[in-house]
Amino acid sequence: MMTYMAAVLLGLSVLTLQAEQDYIDPVPEVSWSFDGWNGTFKRDQLQRGFQVYKEVCSSCHGIKLLRFRELEAIGFTAPQVKALAASYDINDGPNLEGDMFVRKGLPSDVIPGPYKNDNQAKSVNNGAVPPDLSLIVKARKGGANYVKALLTGYMNPPVGITLRETEHYNRYFPDHKIAMAPPFVADDQVTYTDGTNATISQMAEDVTAFLAFVAEPEMEDRKRAGFETLLYLAFMTLLFYFTKRKIWKDVK
Amino acid sequence: MDILNWIDKRLPVVTFVKEHLKDYQTPKNLNYLWNLGSIAGIMLVVMIISGIFLAMHYTPHVDHAFASVEHIMRDVNGGWLMRYVHMNGASMFFIVVYLHIFRGLYFGSYKEPRQLLWIMGVFILFAMMATAFMGYVLPWGQMSFWGATVITNLFSVFPGGESIVQWLWGGFSVDNPTLNRFFVLHYLLPFITVALVIIHLVCLHQFGSNNPKGIDVDKKNGKDTIPFHPYYTIKDFFGLGVFFFIYAFFVFYAPNFFGEPDNYIQANPLVTPPHIVPEWYFLPFYAILRSIPDKLGGVLAMVGSIAVLFIVPWLDRHPVRSARYRPWFKVLYWPFIINLFVLGYVGAKPPEGIYLYIGQFATLYYFVHFFVILPLLNKYEPVLALPKGI
Repeated sequence: MMTYMAAVLLGLSVLTLQAEQDYIDPVPEVSWSFDGWNGTFKRDQLQRGFQVYKEVCSSCHGIKLLRFRELEAIGFTAPQVKALAASYDINDGPNLEGDMFVRKGLPSDVIPGPYKNDNQAKSVNNGAVPPDLSLIVKARKGGANYVKALLTGYMNPPVGITLRETEHYNRYFPDHKIAMAPPFVADDQVTYTDGTNATISQMAEDVTAFLAFVAEPEMEDRKRAGFETLLYLAFMTLLFYFTKRKIWKDVK
Repeated sequence: MDILNWIDKRLPVVTFVKEHLKDYQTPKNLNYLWNLGSIAGIMLVVMIISGIFLAMHYTPHVDHAFASVEHIMRDVNGGWLMRYVHMNGASMFFIVVYLHIFRGLYFGSYKEPRQLLWIMGVFILFAMMATAFMGYVLPWGQMSFWGATVITNLFSVFPGGESIVQWLWGGFSVDNPTLNRFFVLHYLLPFITVALVIIHLVCLHQFGSNNPKGIDVDKKNGKDTIPFHPYYTIKDFFGLGVFFFIYAFFVFYAPNFFGEPDNYIQANPLVTPPHIVPEWYFLPFYAILRSIPDKLGGVLAMVGSIAVLFIVPWLDRHPVRSARYRPWFKVLYWPFIINLFVLGYVGAKPPEGIYLYIGQFATLYYFVHFFVILPLLNKYEPVLALPKGI
């Protein structure tokens, strides 16, 4: 029986490998600080990642699920967040006279995206809306590894593949033809204030880590609660087990 | 105690608990597979409670549903926990119920005199599947929307199908009225399931549990049975602890393991995902649907593959219940189970090339098991002598 099952499983896994390989290049594994049962976000990396998002990605992509004040979770102080928010202009209203008005951003505001609405986004991006990045790490197979790979996966198209003017070649994108232009063209595209060397790989990794936080801001709480829960359950289950043994010892 | 007696005389709750939870005579040889029923019951309660809390913050509107789920994940205190408990709870519930059914199939729990008990169980399975399907639509992600579109369109195969589908949708496509009614039904059906579970339990307590030997027990002389409490209460608690440990592992450390990344993209009627796949627990039936080249035939085969469970007590009329004492059935049971996994695997793959043929073969074998193998066993499998007691 076991041999039979093993043979079937082996056969299926060979089929899987074949099917996956002609679909997409395997994504390189990155060792993330937030991997594993007790992984945490590195605050300095997330702050660098936010800088990359702000200076590079945010020209086309929004993170509409994040409010300024939530940046305090990655180590910005309340005055820093307040100042950051105030550097944005927010359309608000109508006021009591019925007019729309522009005011400085507040920490409780959603971080504004690059476009007023989807139609504006389409009109400047060949008819497509650049995806919001709030959940991008959860919304792609391969998660953070895939996002980093995609950001650094641009290359010249192999011989025989022609691209339209609006297309770029990316070895990790499902059919390799991606509308997004390469976000990083040279090292030191951003200037990190903490002295970290801003290589393309470093910038991609930092912004991916930041986006992983945006996708799962609850992750650290979740893993900590998980550890406590599993410990409690393990202890209770052991007690139940020994109680069960004692109660059942006379049953023949 | 006088107050309790006063109440019990008028509303016999104490008597009920004593008869059905305490002194209830249970075969003493039940193995851990008999924990699955009580675990499934607890899971129904977990799903209802977590679901009620989610419903307090969820908005069933196409413009707000996706955002309201993220609002639960981010802004509601403990919201992420409730959502992950509910989301993974669906998968855990199905794992438990499928194992519960596999156990029933192996030990012949559907045979005389427990046919109605089994049939009520199949009704529960159908109610669960409908509930799970509609629940998956509520977050209004890409898979929610396209899954709903594919499945509701299946009704178009029936005569007058076009109008049936529009009636189901409440419009001309899956849209706001669809989401709204799915939410209402998703909230309603679990309580109907509770009613079905109560009937299931009434049927169970009529003759008591089957057991691994599949023989009738003598409840009078007390040699074969033990009272439910404390023996099975403590055994159930232990099993529940092990189960919750596994469940909690997924909730806290791999909460999206059973999900599709595409469902974190808001539903967009203008963009079809490259592969539309249902949740894992529907994959074997989805594979059967796609294996039949004819649309109506596919739908009938898919519904039939679950509905066939209703008549299992009459397809398998072999006098011996437990596979332990059925030398042929004991062997032929396993290819059926493995075949289900093959179907599940094929269901997750695009219906082309080799997968199509594997799926068609596995579909054929699925029905051959029920309609050829079981009836042949009735006729030819030897009837062994059964043990006299437990």
